[in-house]
Amino acid sequence: MSSSNGGYYLPAPSHWPIVGSLGMFLLLFGFASYLHGSTSLIMIAGAAIIIVMLFGWFGTVINESLAGKYNNQVDVSFRMGMAWFIFSEVMFFAAFFGALFYARMYSVPWLGGASNNVMTNELLWPTFEAIWPTNGPAAVGGEYHPMGAWGIPAINTLILLSSGVTVTWAHWGLKKDDRTQLILGLMATVALGFLFLGLQAYEYHHAYTEMNLKLSTGMYGTTFFMLTGFHGLHVTLGATMLFVILIRSMKGHFTEEHHFAFEAVAWYWHFVDVVWLGLFVFVYWLV
Amino acid sequence: MSTATTHDEHHDHGAPSGLMRWITTTNHKDIGTLYLWFAFIMLLIGGAMAMVIRAELFQPGLQVVDPHFFNTMTTMHGLIMVFGAIMPGMVGLANWQIPLMIGAPDMALPRMNNWSFWILPFAGTMLLSTLFMEGGGPAFGWTFYAPLSTTFAPASTDFFIFAVHMLGFSSIMGSINIIATVLNMRAPGMTLMKMPLFVWTWFITAFLLIAVMPVLAGAVTMMLTDRNFGTSFFSAAGGGDPVLFQHVFWFFGHPEVYIMILPAFGVISEIIPTFARKKLFGYSSMVYATASIAFLSFIVYAHHMFTTGMPVAGELYFMYATIMIAVPTAVKVFNWTATMWKGSMTFETPMLWAIAFVFLFTIGGFTGLMMGIAPADMQYHDTYFIVAHFHYVLVTGALFAMIGAFYYWMPKWSGHMVSERLGKIHFWWSVISVNVLFFPQHFIGLAGMPRRIPDYSLQFADWNMVSSLGGFAFGLAQVFFLFIIIKTIRGGKAATSQVWEGAHGLEWTVPSPAPYHTFETAPEVR
Ligand code: HEM
Ligand SMILES: [Cu+2]
Repeated sequence: MSSSNGGYYLPAPSHWPIVGSLGMFLLLFGFASYLHGSTSLIMIAGAAIIIVMLFGWFGTVINESLAGKYNNQVDVSFRMGMAWFIFSEVMFFAAFFGALFYARMYSVPWLGGASNNVMTNELLWPTFEAIWPTNGPAAVGGEYHPMGAWGIPAINTLILLSSGVTVTWAHWGLKKDDRTQLILGLMATVALGFLFLGLQAYEYHHAYTEMNLKLSTGMYGTTFFMLTGFHGLHVTLGATMLFVILIRSMKGHFTEEHHFAFEAVAWYWHFVDVVWLGLFVFVYWLV
Repeated sequence: MSTATTHDEHHDHGAPSGLMRWITTTNHKDIGTLYLWFAFIMLLIGGAMAMVIRAELFQPGLQVVDPHFFNTMTTMHGLIMVFGAIMPGMVGLANWQIPLMIGAPDMALPRMNNWSFWILPFAGTMLLSTLFMEGGGPAFGWTFYAPLSTTFAPASTDFFIFAVHMLGFSSIMGSINIIATVLNMRAPGMTLMKMPLFVWTWFITAFLLIAVMPVLAGAVTMMLTDRNFGTSFFSAAGGGDPVLFQHVFWFFGHPEVYIMILPAFGVISEIIPTFARKKLFGYSSMVYATASIAFLSFIVYAHHMFTTGMPVAGELYFMYATIMIAVPTAVKVFNWTATMWKGSMTFETPMLWAIAFVFLFTIGGFTGLMMGIAPADMQYHDTYFIVAHFHYVLVTGALFAMIGAFYYWMPKWSGHMVSERLGKIHFWWSVISVNVLFFPQHFIGLAGMPRRIPDYSLQFADWNMVSSLGGFAFGLAQVFFLFIIIKTIRGGKAATSQVWEGAHGLEWTVPSPAPYHTFETAPEVR
């Protein structure tokens, strides 16, 4: 059926999904084996296969897009796909925010004797004071310093917020076909993204070496590192995707009207931004 | 919006054949078939585990397996049935039927559709591989409560965790596809309020999935880090709380039970009007009832936690909220009944399964109400009563609907009518044995027999033996079902396009078997 480009594009059979499944299986099976003392090679092989798959699959999509096979209806499907994918990511973070709020509002006060838990506290750990941040009645991980909000975290907030501005500026450039503005804006965004990651790495190093604040520092360390860590992972992913968009922009991809890939990554970037604001308020600031 | 379809050039000539066809396919019908076969194989594997359970419980004392293996069986049986049989089975139905029912050429994102499926065999392999690992497979129940699943669990638990990650990833991609298909691929004139109810229920289910599968991923991730990286999510010593696990799990878990039943509601709402030869009674109230069940399912989850020592205000709130779900559920049962009222009913095999569904699912709904009453649930909780409850809603509910769907749509899929005689034997055999299997579990549950225990006190012996006999018979009936499936694929009376006299809807306008590509030019819906 080689009708004109007006139709909804249905792709030919593809081997990339099965490659992706195999890669995912090896990565995760290998990781679990590695945790139990096996070699890390399976895991690395899995990661490599996934990277090959990503290049292959996205390469195919980009070629199809450049060949003009996607009509507006296909574009809408892609948009819905990305939007609901981001929603699922929001729910993933919600689980961890939920754990944080549950600990701060319920379980820690209960451990301290709130509600009908007076005797638990009196009999098991009478000296425990239920004040956030805490590493629990057993002081898991020992003495530590909590992370303040007004040093690196505040700077990082500014960095991410500005990167939201620069990516929008780049988008304006794209829409009026000003390639220089597009490329400069993207370069700035990518640079700010990696700057953020660099500062976060520095912050983690500082926490581990000078503040005795670790992933294993009770519930505070747990929520601090899990939330900021998963966020950092998403920044890494977002910055990498922005980098790909930058390369594609330099190659002359995208038109004023058709640039879904750019928009998808920009949405993702804003999502990462908003999550950070939540982190800044509830993990760093209100302690 | 354009109504034509463009295929990739190499699509029709040089498309891969043999095994590669199935591995690389982007066709919704192929992928639907793959899902259905996967689900059926998992049903047989999970069923075999149930046979082990019932064999051990045939008599009091320890006869067949050791207690740890018994616990592994209850765990794996639950996980495989939920994530391997019911969910993929429903997705298989969605893949086959949604494009046919809304007049779309395929799912919106066909390559991703393939990936959603092909993750499953790998995830299933990972899950099953835990059985052969040192220390045995997971043995903490399908709800994997901490600290049983963290501090006290075997090494294989980490493989189980990653299998759940993969299953979740697959479900999320599958639901994104369904949402995009329903919103973006409907034929001109197919307005939302004209969509068949099966499409509606799946559409709403897809939102539930996208909202809660990531939370499940969060729960198992917390387990993973508690087990391996020293975090304190579920450890009171560090300021966490084992009960936190239950909150995160059931925030997923309760919507999950509706994920399994809503598409079943959709199937029943297709079958009953066809064989009552009347339009579905109260179409729009069905849509609103489905939506309100979905909404309520997020705010009732702690009815699974009445005995954890929640504050009294929590007990009361979750009790009232839970009971409220009975309202939209009752609307549905009422509408199905009203559809049959004064209809010109005939009782072909699909209709029998649908009617059994209405009766038996409702029994499960009633026991649900009993357990929703917080003070009463103190007695029912973690007894065989709850096992009876959820098997009535899941086996005679979700599974019966899927089997009914098979009898209803198989002529469209294969071009062959299913033998009415064999289908009716399968039906009566199943419906009698399933009640012998699960009804007595109400009695032993009320009498106090705890769930997930390989041995029991002598007073429960009689009903357990009855239940086991019913179990073996029901298990055998599904092997007979396999025979029916294969026989129908290989031959049978040729089906017409409309298949059933009273059938309405776009899927009945295409030939049987449905051609490989349908609705490449969108139909006009009036
Ligand atoms: C009228 C609607 C329903 C109500 C009021 C209801 C209520 C309940 C309650 C209160 C429990 C917890 C019992 C306990 O642990 O003590 C429960 C358990 C359960 N329900 Fe329902 N239910 C309803 C419908 C359903 C449906 C439609 C399904 C699935 C299709 C379902 C599946 C389950 C499952 C699987 C469990 C057991 C979870 C476990 O393993 O602990 N229920 N139900
Ligand atoms: Cu529930």
